[in-house]
Amino acid sequence: MSEIRAPILSVDHVGVRFGGLVAIADLHFDVHPGEIVSLIGPNGAGKTTAFNVMTGFLKPSQGQVRFRGTGLQGLQPHEIVRLGLSRTFQRTSVFPDDTVFDNVMIGLHRRGRTRLVDTLLGRDRAGEAALRDRARELLDWVGLSGRSQDKAGSLAYGEQRLVGVALALATEPAMLLLDEPVSGMNASETQVFVRLIRSIRERGVTVLLVEHDMPMVMEVSDRIVVLNYGRLIAEGPPAAIRSDPTVIEAYLGQGSAAREAAQAARETNDA
Amino acid sequence: MTRHLPALALLAALAALPFALGHDPYLLNALITTGIVTIAAMSLNLLLGFTGQLSLGHIAFFGIGAYVSALTSLGFDVELLWGLRIVHEPWPPVVGFGLAVLATAGCGYLVGRLSFRVRGAYFVIVTISFAEVVRLVALNWVELTQGPLALTGIPPFSLGLPGLGSVTLRTKMQNYYLVLVVGTLCYALISLLVRSRFGRAMRGLKENESLALSVGINATRTLTLAAVISAAMAGAAGSLYAHYLRIIDPDVFLFSTTVTMVIMVVGGGKGTLLGPVVGGLIFGLLPVALRPVMVPEAQWMVFGLVLIVIQFVMPRGIVPGLARLATRRRASEPARVPVEVRP
Repeated sequence: MSEIRAPILSVDHVGVRFGGLVAIADLHFDVHPGEIVSLIGPNGAGKTTAFNVMTGFLKPSQGQVRFRGTGLQGLQPHEIVRLGLSRTFQRTSVFPDDTVFDNVMIGLHRRGRTRLVDTLLGRDRAGEAALRDRARELLDWVGLSGRSQDKAGSLAYGEQRLVGVALALATEPAMLLLDEPVSGMNASETQVFVRLIRSIRERGVTVLLVEHDMPMVMEVSDRIVVLNYGRLIAEGPPAAIRSDPTVIEAYLGQGSAAREAAQAARETNDA
Repeated sequence: MTRHLPALALLAALAALPFALGHDPYLLNALITTGIVTIAAMSLNLLLGFTGQLSLGHIAFFGIGAYVSALTSLGFDVELLWGLRIVHEPWPPVVGFGLAVLATAGCGYLVGRLSFRVRGAYFVIVTISFAEVVRLVALNWVELTQGPLALTGIPPFSLGLPGLGSVTLRTKMQNYYLVLVVGTLCYALISLLVRSRFGRAMRGLKENESLALSVGINATRTLTLAAVISAAMAGAAGSLYAHYLRIIDPDVFLFSTTVTMVIMVVGGGKGTLLGPVVGGLIFGLLPVALRPVMVPEAQWMVFGLVLIVIQFVMPRGIVPGLARLATRRRASEPARVPVEVRP
């Protein structure tokens, strides 16, 4: 059904080379509005590089990314955010020396468009109050209300990830790119996060996810794109990806696909 | 309002100080020059403390402000290339002050635009080179600046008050309060800025640049704006300096003054509003206290020693150190339980 609509994000034959090293070779896939798509692959497969290209932190050596029909080549990161494409980061996802609340206030930069003159004349009181209300709403949404006055740098990793998500949501994106959001979270925190991702989608935000936690990816994704050595090796719904021999081989090494098949055959015989 | 209480108390103390000192001209002179350098240190703090960008040529903006203001009020007659001659008749010093602010804001824009595409060390080098070039121009363009012979006879400020006629600020007392008023305005301006959306953008860029970009903050624009405001403030301080001393020479561009400003900011507490003020007063008045007992060269060693002690006891500067002490005491007060808490 979503195939009929135009894609919100198209990665169009993108390649990235660092000197002789090929980080991404000819990556090509689309994401449709309202989908939750996961980008998976072994370490070094080029997932984070792909994110960096989509958000303007890296220039591709070939191909281009289009978001809602607009080509992103030559745009700076802060210009891409303005189009409605927002991201989180794998490791440093907070402004460590500020409180969680002030983090979100910084994140609301795009929304509080007061002129400097008004600031100096004290004419933006109402605007600032509206921003603070919005910051409280966002913290409530990601479940960090209780932590709003704590220094962001003092939070546990899992909570810092949530701050990162709140910051990305503060930019009011149409699409959100999450880079390993549940790494460092335990099983119950991960479950809470899965519900958060679903609630983000319910509010009309498309989600693209890079993640290593396979049970979580299988649970939450509508569709999965698999990368290995910078190449797309498989694409499809979770059930198809789980039993795809090329994917199993990429993750577990050569020959393991054959072993898995033999194992499956044996199990069928036993049954 | 409570967060401004220490600043207001300091302001009241500074306003009362001349009366306590009994109009001692030597001490008043020390306070005025200290006040002027403190305004420059506050402007440096806007860049170094709030954006994390170190301007090691900040004295250039101060000196340009001094020269622009002085030349505007003195007038000049120079011949440029191709026989082009520019004659400028003297204008009132207040106009010179305005032009000094505008000119240094323009310089801040140019330096910011040039260097903030690539930040960090690059900005440090651009600012040092800029200051050196400006110093050489002041030294060698004798026709305009009198070079090492200095610009002399710079008129003092005169303020026109509606209905009261105009007052020419000749006495040290009047200049002291002029510096105090300008300093207070600069403090209030910085205080408003750092709490605004622009201030949050500066903090975001300093703490985590990639993340700041990813929420839509334009790094080049934010940092350039900070450089413009900082430079304009340093230029205002330079103008005050020119019309107070009434003589300036290329030595206003001395690199060591930038170093003093950095010491004031770092010692007092960079990235805090009161830090450069407290640091400015301490390191500005230290030479006055030390002068009876030692030569200037030895004073520099004491400067270094004091800074090392401050950094050792309060690594983030005096103001953050005292703030921490105050909150710790307040936190332990209601409990009234004699418990030793070791971090």
